Amino acid sequence: MAVKNFVVASFSDEAVLFPAVKKVRTAGYKLHDVYTPFPVHGLDHAMGLRETSLHTAGFIYGITGTTTALSCMSWVFNSDWPMNIGGKPHFPLPAFIPITFELTVLFSAVGMVLTFCYLCQLAPFVKKHIFNPRQTDDKFVMVIEVTAKTNAEELKRFLVSAGGEDVNEQRVESGWWFGRFDREDRLFETKVEAVNA
Amino acid sequence: MKDQFVVPARVKRTSFVLMGIGLLTLLIGIFAFHGEHGSTRLWAGLLQNSTFFLLVTLASAFFIGATTLAHGGWQIVFRRIPEAISMAVPVLGLILFVILMLIVFTGQEHIYHWVNAEHVKHDEILSWKAAFLNKGMFTAFAVVTIGAWIFFVMKLRKMSIEEDGWDLSAASGRRIVWRNTVWCGGFIVVYSLTVGSTTPWLWLMSIDAHWYSTMYSWYTFVSSWVSGIALIILFLVYLKRNGYLPMVNEEHLHDLGKFAFGFSIFWTYLWFSQYMLIWYANMPEEIVYFKPRVWGEWRPIFFLNLLINFITPLLYLMKRDTKRNYSSMVFISIVILFGHWLDFWQMVGPGTYKHLVFPWYEAGIGAGFVGVIIFVVTNQLTKAALVPKNHPYLKESIIHHT
Repeated sequence: MAVKNFVVASFSDEAVLFPAVKKVRTAGYKLHDVYTPFPVHGLDHAMGLRETSLHTAGFIYGITGTTTALSCMSWVFNSDWPMNIGGKPHFPLPAFIPITFELTVLFSAVGMVLTFCYLCQLAPFVKKHIFNPRQTDDKFVMVIEVTAKTNAEELKRFLVSAGGEDVNEQRVESGWWFGRFDREDRLFETKVEAVNA
Repeated sequence: MKDQFVVPARVKRTSFVLMGIGLLTLLIGIFAFHGEHGSTRLWAGLLQNSTFFLLVTLASAFFIGATTLAHGGWQIVFRRIPEAISMAVPVLGLILFVILMLIVFTGQEHIYHWVNAEHVKHDEILSWKAAFLNKGMFTAFAVVTIGAWIFFVMKLRKMSIEEDGWDLSAASGRRIVWRNTVWCGGFIVVYSLTVGSTTPWLWLMSIDAHWYSTMYSWYTFVSSWVSGIALIILFLVYLKRNGYLPMVNEEHLHDLGKFAFGFSIFWTYLWFSQYMLIWYANMPEEIVYFKPRVWGEWRPIFFLNLLINFITPLLYLMKRDTKRNYSSMVFISIVILFGHWLDFWQMVGPGTYKHLVFPWYEAGIGAGFVGVIIFVVTNQLTKAALVPKNHPYLKESIIHHT
């Protein structure tokens, strides 16, 4: 991971945010991410994110669960320890279905949660920089990476003209690192430090 | 914007041809199946098709009721389609009523054993059930049930058309939401007490009068409900393809597709809940229902039923793209409708005419009912604008995003 420069702008209204995202993309700036306090419908399309593959992963976990349940139960009751239960056959498919269903759901649910955490880089003690603490409260926070070609001052003026509030530049770690939020950032006590605002 | 539907001559001709096929099949049936046992198939085919298609059209009224009570806004833009479909309920209800009365009062004991009083007297189980399962109760339930359905679908339709003449104000918007909620609430209570319990007991489960299952009504209900969704999708895509309903888009289709997907799985859940308990307990008086279906002549239909109604929608509708594509939704809707027609066939057939036969007669009668539905629904669609323009949730429906 690398320490990079970012220009950060906050928006208080979706109606301002959407045209701003569009303008930033057409102007060719490198959009790092947009942080919102709640899921905003259509923002992923506006940002040009690709469709998630999480559901494909979920399907694969699901059929893994189905296969595990059926093969394990049929191994136990047919070859490892055959038992006569109420005169039922050794491969009683209807009796296997509830457990197969449960394992399918369990595998796909747990697998998808873990995959989601991996994709979002969420885990205990994994820490990421928070650009503006109000992104979890009432502000939509747009973060644009400052690359070699970007003129930061021009970008700031551009964001202000697009309706951004509290525009500032931050030099921070762009990826994750191990740490604890309660120890390192006293988020709600100190204001986020701007590099050259 | 094409807001007023006009029935094309081709559709009208198709509906007449289908109705003609139905009548012709009925005539052939009357001559082909006669005598004491022969007429069983005649009546069974009529009972199966009229019950199935009546419940499928009634599912549209349930769609309106459920979405209204859930304060759903997304369906408003195509709400006139389920409304028009539900207007087939009075027609099909009267047809079914006549068929039921003929079966019961001409003593078709090969359809319903319990209509024969002499038989009931010597039968312990049936004489226990006689307090509920008798001609008087059957008739009373049929009159009340079909009458209440007709009343509610006409009421909901009338209110919706009336609202087109109102003004577009907050006060009238509140009134629209309030009175629709009240009347839909009433309808849902009636619907759940009939389709969710007594109706399938009396009309279908009493074919196998010695057998009982508490899952049966729910199972019948979901079968008709998922087919009802498929029917709404078919009419929606038809209108969309012909340039109507410009504000309906993939988002609305996607949500209907989710319903079809979810309730196909729910159907399987109920199917399995009924099957597994009976299979597991293995008691003679219970497995008598599954004996001819799973281990008898009907075995291929039994598994085909599961393949068409569970495996196919599960795998086909799982992907987002298939739910958002008009052609693929038409395909799966036809598959679902056919599958649940098959489901009703295997509910009625093994208990009445016992042997697995090629269902030419049943399919012919079914074609007749499809003709009636096309005729009535397309006619009803012309009676009002295709979009209820004063509904307060209309905007929410237009900008709907799944």
